[in-house]
Amino acid sequence: MNNPYQDSEQVRGGSAIRLENLTKHYPDSPDPAVDNISLSIEPGEFVVLLGPSGCGKTTLLKMINRIYEPTSGNIWIDNTEVHALAASQLRRHIGYVIQQTGLFPHMRIEDNVATVPRLLKWSKQRTRQRVEELLELVGLPPESYARRYPTQLSGGEQQRVGLARALAGEPSTMLMDEPFGALDAITRTRLQDELSRIHRQISQTILFVTHDIDEAVRLADRIVVMREGKVDQFDTPLQIVSRPANQFVAELVGADDVLRRMSLIPISSAVSPLGHQRSNGEPTIPASAFLRDAIGLMVDSATEQLTVVDEDGHPAWSLTMDDIQRSVSGSESGRAMNTGVTSSAND
Amino acid sequence: MELDLRYLKEHPDIVWEHTVEHLQLSVTALAIALPIAIMLGLLAVRFRWLTTPVITAVSVLYTIPSIALLAFLIPSQGIGQRPALIMLVLYAQLFLVRNIVAGLNGVDPDILEAGRGLGMNELQLFRKVWLPLALPVIMAGVRTGLVTTISLATIAGWVNAGGLGELMFQGIARLYGSMVLVGVIAVTILSLSIDLVLRALERLTPVARANRAAST
Repeated sequence: MNNPYQDSEQVRGGSAIRLENLTKHYPDSPDPAVDNISLSIEPGEFVVLLGPSGCGKTTLLKMINRIYEPTSGNIWIDNTEVHALAASQLRRHIGYVIQQTGLFPHMRIEDNVATVPRLLKWSKQRTRQRVEELLELVGLPPESYARRYPTQLSGGEQQRVGLARALAGEPSTMLMDEPFGALDAITRTRLQDELSRIHRQISQTILFVTHDIDEAVRLADRIVVMREGKVDQFDTPLQIVSRPANQFVAELVGADDVLRRMSLIPISSAVSPLGHQRSNGEPTIPASAFLRDAIGLMVDSATEQLTVVDEDGHPAWSLTMDDIQRSVSGSESGRAMNTGVTSSAND
Repeated sequence: MELDLRYLKEHPDIVWEHTVEHLQLSVTALAIALPIAIMLGLLAVRFRWLTTPVITAVSVLYTIPSIALLAFLIPSQGIGQRPALIMLVLYAQLFLVRNIVAGLNGVDPDILEAGRGLGMNELQLFRKVWLPLALPVIMAGVRTGLVTTISLATIAGWVNAGGLGELMFQGIARLYGSMVLVGVIAVTILSLSIDLVLRALERLTPVARANRAAST
């Protein structure tokens, strides 16, 4: 079988991933952990696998780099079925980050990060450059971190190294299994932001497992909601929160949480034309922000009206409390309607 | 009581000869024992169901009294180095196998999964991650194994296998206290210095280096 990675200098952007009737039975369990799942993931997409523990999300993730082998079904990365390659060959082109970081404690940070480049037999020069570049990218200046050992770093720093190590071979796909699950809330949020930034910059395809809805909503282009080995819904965070496919999804994502929904609706979808008279000193907010930010600003500045500015900072629209209410209740009625439709089409 | 080192003053060459012989016997025994132990250890780690039987077997071996084991070996192996080596190799298994298994099984499975997940094959994983992380425990096993072998090798004097045991047994037979004492002191010094040398080697392992860096 032809190995598409063999001579490629560097795979830019992300891979398309296609799962076909993927099933995994563990020998000691009567029910399949993953039950006939088919999914299609676009190149460069950030997909979060969300669900309670035991729903099969980690099993699904680990079948993609063949840590687990499926009972049946196929996994295509671009146009290669993953079983057409030796597992170790395949994995060198798939970034892998786990919650416990799995850093090699006996190796310096630079050697941890250099793991995959060395497996790929890159030159010393290219490997060293890549290591420095990556440590910069994840916010660990090489001059003070490269020569240290993992135990000399905090949990958050260790997971940054884990991320750098996974990115080192320039993978077009990243698999991340609850990578921030063991971190405190502040560190977690910071790392989520940096992961988003890195994803915008490199645009690999990312599959990210979590049971934390806030994390899913914050990071995902699309969310796969899983339950008992099946996919309940595969859609954008806004759609999932405002139009959950069924009661389970609604409860899991807390669809009744108005604030959460507002944190997902962009201001640009609720604005009205800048027709009214603007009072001087009316607070402004960029159109790229979300309704939740707008509410916050209104409460903060004791006003019911904001000026929305475009990318260049010019006043372009206005946003009132009424606009927000209309927008939020719009997604509410949509949710009710959608629930009605899908409950009959759900089996 | 005052230490009577007369024998050492009169025959330093003989004492030295026996010390070298003693060390040779012990190191040879360990060199034979180690590959056997590595094989047993790897089998026990690879096939989990073998762990308990293997560890039990080497533990039971160690409970056999050394004199009894030698006496048992003489009819088939005669006297001299052969029965002594067999005895020492068997006894060393306990320390070696136990620590090889504990060392390898003690490595965090998440670290091994990360190694595989990054694309190491089993051989690369073993060489670069698994063995280096297990090495401190394995080397501690080699150290206790060798020190124990050195003290047990004293018994080998009883079957004419040479070494410092021969001095002691001769000294006892001739009621020559200084000869026994010099033998005992030589064995003790030999054990302690081997222990020191191996401890120094343990400080060179990557794990020890990482731990030192972390504690500064």
